[in-house]
Amino acid sequence: MENNTLFDKIWDSHVVKKVAGGPNVLYIDRHYIHEVTSPVAFGNLEGRGLKVLRPEKTIATMDHNIPTENQHLPIQDLLSRNQVETLEENCKAHGIKLFDLNHDNLGIVHVIGPELGLTQPGMTVVCGDSHTSTHGALGSVAFGIGTSEVEMVFGTQCIMQSKPKKMRISINGNLNKAVTSKDIILYIISKISSSGGTGYFIEFAGNTIRNLSMEARMSLCNMSIECGARGGLIAPDQLTFEYLKGKDYSPSGEDWKKKIMEWTLLKSDPGASFDMEYSYEAADIFPMITYGTNPGMGMDITGRIPHNNADESFKKALDYMGFEAGEKLIGKPVDFVFVGSCTNGRIEDFRMFANLVKGRKKADNITAWIVPGSKSVEKEIRKEGIVEILENSGFALRQPGCSACLAMNDDKVPAGNYAVSTSNRNFEGRQGPGARTLLASPLVAAAAAVTGVITNPVELLE
Amino acid sequence: MSFKKFKEFTSTVVPLATENIDTDQIIPARFLKAVERKGFGEKLFHDWRYDEKGNKIASFELNDQRYSGKILLAGKNFGCGSSREHAAWALYDYGFRAIISSYFADIFTNNAFNNGLLPIQVSEDELAVLMKQVADEPDSMIEVNLAHQKIIITEKKIKYSFEINAYKKECLIKGYDDFSYLQSMLTDIEKYEQSRNTAF
Ligand code: SF4
Repeated sequence: MENNTLFDKIWDSHVVKKVAGGPNVLYIDRHYIHEVTSPVAFGNLEGRGLKVLRPEKTIATMDHNIPTENQHLPIQDLLSRNQVETLEENCKAHGIKLFDLNHDNLGIVHVIGPELGLTQPGMTVVCGDSHTSTHGALGSVAFGIGTSEVEMVFGTQCIMQSKPKKMRISINGNLNKAVTSKDIILYIISKISSSGGTGYFIEFAGNTIRNLSMEARMSLCNMSIECGARGGLIAPDQLTFEYLKGKDYSPSGEDWKKKIMEWTLLKSDPGASFDMEYSYEAADIFPMITYGTNPGMGMDITGRIPHNNADESFKKALDYMGFEAGEKLIGKPVDFVFVGSCTNGRIEDFRMFANLVKGRKKADNITAWIVPGSKSVEKEIRKEGIVEILENSGFALRQPGCSACLAMNDDKVPAGNYAVSTSNRNFEGRQGPGARTLLASPLVAAAAAVTGVITNPVELLE
Repeated sequence: MSFKKFKEFTSTVVPLATENIDTDQIIPARFLKAVERKGFGEKLFHDWRYDEKGNKIASFELNDQRYSGKILLAGKNFGCGSSREHAAWALYDYGFRAIISSYFADIFTNNAFNNGLLPIQVSEDELAVLMKQVADEPDSMIEVNLAHQKIIITEKKIKYSFEINAYKKECLIKGYDDFSYLQSMLTDIEKYEQSRNTAF
């Protein structure tokens, strides 16, 4: 009889009020903040003479500005240091829990939220950061907001949002060799374009998605924003519950049992209707790489850059990248390899990378940045002996942070250089002014790192 | 903090035909290190506006003498990418009050509204007509009439309607912001918190 989608169930249960002819007043369960998008919100809140209403629902970390070397030393860049210190002062003044540079839980906001059990199924989760969509992997409605909205959450634990439309993207079948969830999402965006999801919230479904690990699901949901969607989510299942069990902030005891019963109900009803549906076969997906300046400009790594002569923006993108329509990317030399970010900075990503580079050597022309997404990922890398594999192959492990994902800290790709990156955005200048970014999976990154050129990882895995 | 009431106005236009202009272009990340909302207009489109030496790039539309005004006419899918509200701040600070495009990214739209900047969505065909008009006659004036939800080029008899959420429209016209509204709802919010234990 019911025909609600998973998204409807979570969203509707968080509506405090529907404003006539306008947006919903939406209650927020979990709010994450970082140093870049919070200071003005704190400043304005204080300007109104107010305090944070529910400080226990907000969690702070520092990630964008921090260096990924010598984190025990004061931050060299004075502006960055000021932003980090401002966050410390604000958190103290408002009683907000902060994972600072000395804290064991430090990490990229979208890595630590799930890792600590702070994000749970059925929650509404926001952060002044578009990749908040990552948390949808746990079966929560999670999306990025602006600084004005950060202030609203501080002051009222609510924001005003129009309810997005609903899209379902199903993937079925077995994945091809060397295909990861990063390839799945790059494939989807190349099909529906970088604006194809605008106005929608996506539910990812199908047996391919079901069979993905929790971390792989996070990489997938992370990039739902890159097709313009507010966010993406996956119905929680046994794997989700196992992942959350025993985490620092997960419920325990009687509470855990009760929660499991609730969470089990979190799925789209059989008759649920979506405003838009897409369906793809896993067999059609191969390792992907991007050739342009938005994440929709992606292709099978063995393919040729398409012709799109009529489109000025397309030509401008290829000019920026120094590529030509019709050409292949395989065999092209690259300068940098970046493994990390909230898309691919989790332990499984480093296992994948290490598995491929093991017994091989870093190519001489490559500068590699291997950056864990959190201190706990870093710890695990050491514990599992991955760090030795990396070092034997000529790679050094850095300290956690956003690093080369966004050119805001010291890790920047020089103008004109090519970087194969496991991050999420290949926009002009994203990794440094003039930097040329090719988005790909950790396996594609590993293949480039040991050969020095763009290489199909399938060949190295045989 | 309420902002200035949005009044109808008539202005020349700056055209920027590029599609998928993301917020990293509108304001690159390295300029986001401020802790106050000040001076972002200078950095607007920084890497398209200036070369490595800091000289203006003459071919870029914002540097083009022929173009000026409070309206930015932009290619499809404007404001995609990062949620940084700095993008809306930079556009507003530079002097833009309305942006016309055939498509806007969701988060950018909210950020624009929350800063008194009006995103006006027109169809692809309408956008093409406007782009051509401004290219042919750079001193074309467009009237932005929020109350009637119209943009008008009087001499050319071009008149396009646009959609806007009724609540957002009222907020802009009256200069209200969402924060004040939410604050007036605090009792309901607390009631909601108490009523919720197993919510789904
Ligand atoms: S890793 Fe990149 S995308 Fe993720 S939060 Fe940091 S800067 Fe944003």
